[in-house]
Amino acid sequence: MGMDAPTNEKPEWPLWEVFIRGQHGMSHRHFGSLHAPNAEMAIKAARDVYTRRKEGVSIWVVPANEITASSPSDKGPLYEPAEDKVYRHPSFYKIPDDIGAM
Amino acid sequence: MGVGSDEALFQSLLRLGDNTLVLGHRLSEWCGHAPALEEDIALANTALDLMGQTRHWLSLAGEIEGKGRSEDDLAMLRDVWDFRNVLLVEQPNRDYGHTLMRQFLFDHFHLLMLRGLSESSEARVAEIAIKSVKEVTYHAERSAELIIALGDGTDESHRRMQDALDWLFPYVGEMFETDAIDTEIAAKGIAPLPADLRPAFDAQLGAILDEATLTMPSDAFAHKGGRTGFRHTEHLGHMLASMQWLQRAYPGAQW
Amino acid sequence: MYAQLIKAEHAGDEDTARAEAFQQRIDAGEKIEPKDWMPEGYRRTLIRQIGQHAHSEIVGQLPEGNWITRAPTLERKTILLAKVQDEAGHGLYLYCAAETLGVSRDEMTEMLLDERMKYSSIFNYPTLTWADMGAVGWLVDGAAIMNQVPLQRTSFGPYARAMIRICKEESFHQRQGFDIMNRLANGTPEQHRMAQNALDRFWYPSLMMFGPSDAESVHSEQNMAWKIKMNGNDELRQKFVDLTVPQAEYLGLTIPDETLRWNDEKGGYDFAGPDWGEFFDVIKGNGPCNRERLEARRKAWDDGAWMRDGLLAHAEKKAARAAKAAA
Repeated sequence: MGMDAPTNEKPEWPLWEVFIRGQHGMSHRHFGSLHAPNAEMAIKAARDVYTRRKEGVSIWVVPANEITASSPSDKGPLYEPAEDKVYRHPSFYKIPDDIGAM
Repeated sequence: MGVGSDEALFQSLLRLGDNTLVLGHRLSEWCGHAPALEEDIALANTALDLMGQTRHWLSLAGEIEGKGRSEDDLAMLRDVWDFRNVLLVEQPNRDYGHTLMRQFLFDHFHLLMLRGLSESSEARVAEIAIKSVKEVTYHAERSAELIIALGDGTDESHRRMQDALDWLFPYVGEMFETDAIDTEIAAKGIAPLPADLRPAFDAQLGAILDEATLTMPSDAFAHKGGRTGFRHTEHLGHMLASMQWLQRAYPGAQW
Repeated sequence: MYAQLIKAEHAGDEDTARAEAFQQRIDAGEKIEPKDWMPEGYRRTLIRQIGQHAHSEIVGQLPEGNWITRAPTLERKTILLAKVQDEAGHGLYLYCAAETLGVSRDEMTEMLLDERMKYSSIFNYPTLTWADMGAVGWLVDGAAIMNQVPLQRTSFGPYARAMIRICKEESFHQRQGFDIMNRLANGTPEQHRMAQNALDRFWYPSLMMFGPSDAESVHSEQNMAWKIKMNGNDELRQKFVDLTVPQAEYLGLTIPDETLRWNDEKGGYDFAGPDWGEFFDVIKGNGPCNRERLEARRKAWDDGAWMRDGLLAHAEKKAARAAKAAA
């Protein structure tokens, strides 16, 4: 069925790896990846996708194809939603005690 | 025009809150339909910022009015003629080019207005503006970058952005229209006079459009009637028909 | 689930010793990373599963997006928009995880649009009233969470990491759905009816999300050994029912199943299964909204092409100018 044979001849936005240092972070950490036309737009997209625009973070983006990897080692990323978006936290919703876990 | 001081402030707050409400609503229509995932997320962030600002402005408006109306009463239970947003923001999304151009034109006005409001003599206004200005600085940066890139992209993207600019430009002038309400509010140091923001806007617009290789329309004609509520476009009524449906269909229900 | 009926691809004729060593790593709880050797069948099964999961997030934006412009209050509108935006983010994380296996996002998108890849059939059901936002959050997200929480321990590192982030962000989704249901169930008589109506329509499709009974699922064994599938379908469905029934009782809503009874012996509810004929109809393309969902995705993709191309063209021009200036 050619499940993963390339079918798309059109150029795709390149893939970028995103590294973020939070306000109290010691160093930049890998947060994930995204597609963007160039580095400037990748930075903006990283703010939108991975920080939901939290203030005071520093972002690096690196073209994914320029990373040389040895053997894999990468722990699960931490994600902190913007502080004023309280509705993104489960504790924003009052759930009655007697209905079990949710 | 004989507006009482609270009435003038109330009207000014509706102008602020209705602009962000209507534009935020328009942007939210794209959710799930944008050209790329990154763009879908970014646009939703802008919409969320605008909705957040709306809630602050309309809550304060209700407070100033003093009749016990909540943000939702104001958003969901006024009809077209009581809305005070500029005509620009109620323009439909059409294609993504129109959406971005509308955003770009509004963002640069919005940022100048919010910077002025950050120094408002009315502390509650200044507080909302100071928070909003951070968000809108980013909106303005992002929309300028996109306008430049798409103006100076492919032939098709250039054509679409020029079409959008030509279509939307007649709605620019209204943002800087200045009436008795604005004069009264400005005299009290609550808000800048919209007309005073125009030179800075024009300078920025000119520079960005140049870089985008887009041509500023020469006709200075400006549609108006949104911020006074006198004559909105037909589009607003359709938006309200969706937006207000539940509140209208089930009066008094809590959601 | 979001990735339903995932066939295990055949392992091919790779070196058996390598395959055994690979299985031992999985059994020892090690994570497999993109550059590690892996059986071709593992790689292809994962592409299919993660891709289908990603597509489900993106198509899943549509039924809820349907109510963003009609949400009843500014707060509800904001919350719903944030939730549907999260789904776009989750699709993005998952596409990125699949991309580490050597398939691009655009390729996966094309495969969704020309129907070589599927998405969860639950999103082929329409959202007709505001209460459906409650039912989708409470039942559909509730069912999805059952599957996604264990997938945080799946063997493929990028997939596990994506699931960890997704579970963290999704923690508010089910609650906001329940919160909507709670408000409606305790609201006016019309609102209560609206809530019951949504439960009536979403109950069986939610049960279908776990997939057909394990007895009939021939591919489970290999996928479970690879830790791509973590739990049996029937086991998760039972768990879902056991958790959800008391919640419905709390809401004062009636689950549309006259056979529903507590069974002391098994310590769980006996319940009626969904109509699997309907399930297969929906998968084959005959659900209430299959065509509309794909049409919407195709429109977004096609209408957005000029914009994606325009940005890329500008990026190339800019890079060329910079290179020239530097020369």
